[in-house]
Amino acid sequence: MALQQDKKKKSTEAPASAPTGEAPVPKAAAEQAKEAADKAPSKQTRAVRLPAGIVGAKMLEVEREIPLDEPPPLPLNAELSVVGRRTPRVDGRLKVTGAATYTADVRLPGMLFARLVCSPHPHARIRSIDTAVAAAAPGVRAVHVLDRVLGNAELRDKSKELPAKYPIVRFAGQPIAAIAATTQAAADEAARLFKVDYEVLPFVVDKDDARKADAPLVFPGPADQAGTAGGGGGPSGVPQKGNVRGPVRGGPRGEPRGDVSKGLAEAEITVEAEFRTQVQTHSALETHGVVADWKPDGLTVYASTQGTASVRDELAEIFNLKKSQVRVITDFMGGGFGAKFGAGNYGVLATHLSKKANAPVRLMLDRKDEHLSVGNRPDSFQRLKIGAKRDGQLVAIHLESYGTAGVGTGAGCAGPAQNMYECPNILTEEADVFTHSGPAAAFRAPGHPQGCFALEQAIDMLAERLQIDPLALRDKNDQSASRREERRVGAERVGWSRRRHKPGADPGTVKRGIGVAQSVWYRFINLDSACEVRVTRDGSVELLSAVQDIGGGIRTALAQVVAEELGLRPTDINVRIGDTSFPSGPASGGSMTTGSITPAARNAAYKVKQQILEQLAPTLGVAADKLVMREGRIHAQTEAGGAAVVADATRSVTFRQAVARLKTEQVAARASRSDDYGGFVFKNKEGDFGIGLGQYGGVQFAEVSVDTETGIIRVERVVAVHDCGRPMNPLALESQINGGILQGLSYALYENRILDRNTGLMVNPNLEQYKIAGPRETPQIEVILVEEYLGRNSTDAGGIGEPATIPTTAAIANAVYNAIGVRLHELPMTPARVLAALKRASGKGAAS
Amino acid sequence: MNRFEWTNARSVDEAIAQLTGSAVIKAGGVDLLDRLKEGLEAPERLVNIRNISGLDFIRDDARDGGFLRIGPLVTLANLASDPTVRRRYTALADAAGHAATPQIRNMATVGGNLLQRPRCWYFRSEQFHCLKKGGSRCFAREGENQYHAIYGNDICAIVHPSGVATALVALNAKLELTGPKGKREVALEEFFVTPEKDVRRENSLGANELLTEIRVPAPTEGTRSVYIKQREKESFDWPIADVSVALSCKGASCSQASIVLGAAAPVPLRARQAEAALAGKTINKETARAAARLAVSGATPLSQNAYKVPIFEVIVRRAILAAAAGSGGA
Repeated sequence: MALQQDKKKKSTEAPASAPTGEAPVPKAAAEQAKEAADKAPSKQTRAVRLPAGIVGAKMLEVEREIPLDEPPPLPLNAELSVVGRRTPRVDGRLKVTGAATYTADVRLPGMLFARLVCSPHPHARIRSIDTAVAAAAPGVRAVHVLDRVLGNAELRDKSKELPAKYPIVRFAGQPIAAIAATTQAAADEAARLFKVDYEVLPFVVDKDDARKADAPLVFPGPADQAGTAGGGGGPSGVPQKGNVRGPVRGGPRGEPRGDVSKGLAEAEITVEAEFRTQVQTHSALETHGVVADWKPDGLTVYASTQGTASVRDELAEIFNLKKSQVRVITDFMGGGFGAKFGAGNYGVLATHLSKKANAPVRLMLDRKDEHLSVGNRPDSFQRLKIGAKRDGQLVAIHLESYGTAGVGTGAGCAGPAQNMYECPNILTEEADVFTHSGPAAAFRAPGHPQGCFALEQAIDMLAERLQIDPLALRDKNDQSASRREERRVGAERVGWSRRRHKPGADPGTVKRGIGVAQSVWYRFINLDSACEVRVTRDGSVELLSAVQDIGGGIRTALAQVVAEELGLRPTDINVRIGDTSFPSGPASGGSMTTGSITPAARNAAYKVKQQILEQLAPTLGVAADKLVMREGRIHAQTEAGGAAVVADATRSVTFRQAVARLKTEQVAARASRSDDYGGFVFKNKEGDFGIGLGQYGGVQFAEVSVDTETGIIRVERVVAVHDCGRPMNPLALESQINGGILQGLSYALYENRILDRNTGLMVNPNLEQYKIAGPRETPQIEVILVEEYLGRNSTDAGGIGEPATIPTTAAIANAVYNAIGVRLHELPMTPARVLAALKRASGKGAAS
Repeated sequence: MNRFEWTNARSVDEAIAQLTGSAVIKAGGVDLLDRLKEGLEAPERLVNIRNISGLDFIRDDARDGGFLRIGPLVTLANLASDPTVRRRYTALADAAGHAATPQIRNMATVGGNLLQRPRCWYFRSEQFHCLKKGGSRCFAREGENQYHAIYGNDICAIVHPSGVATALVALNAKLELTGPKGKREVALEEFFVTPEKDVRRENSLGANELLTEIRVPAPTEGTRSVYIKQREKESFDWPIADVSVALSCKGASCSQASIVLGAAAPVPLRARQAEAALAGKTINKETARAAARLAVSGATPLSQNAYKVPIFEVIVRRAILAAAAGSGGA
């Protein structure tokens, strides 16, 4: 659900994960794409008219050139029988009965169990390692010591550091080795016997301390985050002084826009504020892990991953195998929020252990490993200045930020400031601060929840200064038609004009308030997205793709698309995914799975349909192009005038009867995702990644109550209005939006990685003291989907994972301000912070 | 986790006889398993007492000056839903009902709840060799102490984790402890051990003693008790502040008040000044407010937990008023 960023391959992709301004989307790219299409020598396309616009607001048709082998435009959802309908997950029963096999459930004959050995020190040089005692422990079959740590940044110039036999330890919890034994208990016990002689070195875990001139250095020279499929990470080659990398100057689509000092000078009203956000760990229900099975003819890895292909590629490279020799399988996945793209140190270790022990090796991290070593959302300090004219017109946005991605990079959070509002002068300056703590990884909309927390509160502050309704201020400065509609619809549902009162005006000690915030996200498309659809004579239908379902419900969406095209039900389609031996599938990140893979599925299903109809046409005595598949039957179209299609029951056979007559046992077709109709804003050199025109919006309204005596905030209600192109399965979309809201609420109020300042160790590496919202924190959630058509591909579907969580925290913060009349500038909004803010405010009140 | 021997004791005597060397009692196993998995303890034997009959009972002998008798193996879930406990010992029922999660309350026993080790994150991590584990320092005092003690924290800053204990102390409960030499009775309040006395332990249970009964004296006519737990979140969280208040009232006047703070100090802490301030007074907003202020006077918060002081003051006030009004707290 967060953006994949394979930096080696795609160094320039996304503004989202490259918020430091790395994403130089060529300004004229769209025009270039269009010109290229116009100049195409032999015509590979045909012109069609596609629906475009927002249902219920403004609909029109657009004409676009589409590839000849792609299906005709799909009508609006209202005219479809499967797509767009609330569809229970096709694998729901398997999941709730425990029959679904997650990576942690995989048991292979002779399988060994492994345990990581991690550093207890935040900074150390390893003098020696003695593996003998652990290797001799009962049940132990293999021990492997890492010679390189994935995920950490690395020195640009290795000679800056004394040569070391083992990787330098730069955070507590850094993996050093792993042990495989016949039982998990034996592996755990052996890990305790593993002897490492550390030379303990000075450390710094606080980002403000780390900026000081005399701070211990995490790297003795400039460092970059090595290219892995692990996601996260900032741009390479950035100037570094001490532990501080950058700042990197940026603006919309990469470069700063206009002149921000001039803009601020011309502003009639300026708001300036500072915000701080905490480190959040991904805390997916299923921890990271693999079962690695090394065989002479190749490697099979069962992985809890968001990217079967990226795990395959990384392991093939590290173990010098051909990609075809590595098979990665993810049948079911217990959650991933951006930290599960790569093989990971655990995956590399498990593979080494399997190779050494000649047996499959299972290595699932425990919760502590999970908190410490496999990624997190970086923290941030943000100073934001916004200038406006008295009428509310924005004239300048200036964001200065720094944050720590630990021993990684990519703590920028400027995406919202750069891309949400139309403003002539935008400058963002983002710095990373290295600290001796676990590396960050992409996390559900990298940089955006933290950036939104600052930006959307600052917009609220500006609205108050200007005496303008916050929604009206946004109407004035926001170009997005979808967000405009979402504000309108959401305000009506939540009762904005009725419920909103002056800040702190609610009487009594428990005060209620209402707030709003918006999301901005991007239409990322992975063009390595392909499907094969097979129809067999017995009437069974399969879809195959390497794409994995990380919980969003792509398995069901794919079944819907194929079912719609073939006139069947979703449960008639056997969707086989999560296996790299199937056609390439996209990584599930950047909210791009649905938008990338469903067009490929429809294209493939369409091709299969054409083949079947062509074979069948002679037996029915009807031309293939006069046959339609609907409701489990193949009908002859007797009257094709206009939009109405009347089926002739006398010329109809069931799908099953029809395919029983196929010439071969199986008819199959494979298709890929093509470029967006009308082209991309940006497409990478390799041609496998594009950014579509426009943005995803999303507007959320929160209602909270604040007990001003205890400082307890309760979120009572969230109204979430979102667009994601054509909604494929409203049931699954609502579910994913619920999840995004809960994760945002949890980030707003509870979650916090707490490092002991004196030892550098995390004190809450569990799910008891690392607090996550639970059932009783769940507000009333009302999801409204805005049905938007863009006419960009054969399904016109988009993603929701990230937009769903971006605005929640900021909406809650604005609601808290409306409730108590005091603004909270720091996350999480704990009772301690609420009480302190109220106290400061009452002190100020008394003084003035 | 180390290898250990497991024995199923069939009687109290058998359990006591099996408590040799580093053997420990296992009842619900909720807290013990956490400690074993983290490597905080490596006992050679677990003595399972769950199968001993006659330790899982709630008996109301309180009518003629006797006690409400609670067996140590009563689960928190059963304690919370028992009609007598709910009606006459409301603070106890609410404290049991607000602990942990429904799943844990179904497993955890009241005895284990009283005897559980502190939840201090330094104590709970094998990486910190703190005073409680024979080390030389308290990491919390100079470290991350937002959830730590605001009283009695100058040696070790743990808070006693049991909300049930605050209710039982407020209700003047006694414990029956059975050892090789027979039974002894001790007031629960006297049972807890402060760090000043012995930083390695939180209570005075002997190494081969078993908690065999909890006795709660019959409340006098007009006694009402309330428990309030204030936590950051409602689902599965430890309190940042909790309090049990028992008021004996004759008409509008309070004859006796018990106020016990949890999550405040290394032991359940009786707020004596506040109790005294209420005796003989009519309970109203002013007297409740004054008593609540006294309950937090003299607090010695650490660098990050001063916010707990006003929260305690608020919940003490609310609990007093709720007890006087006869309405529930928690």
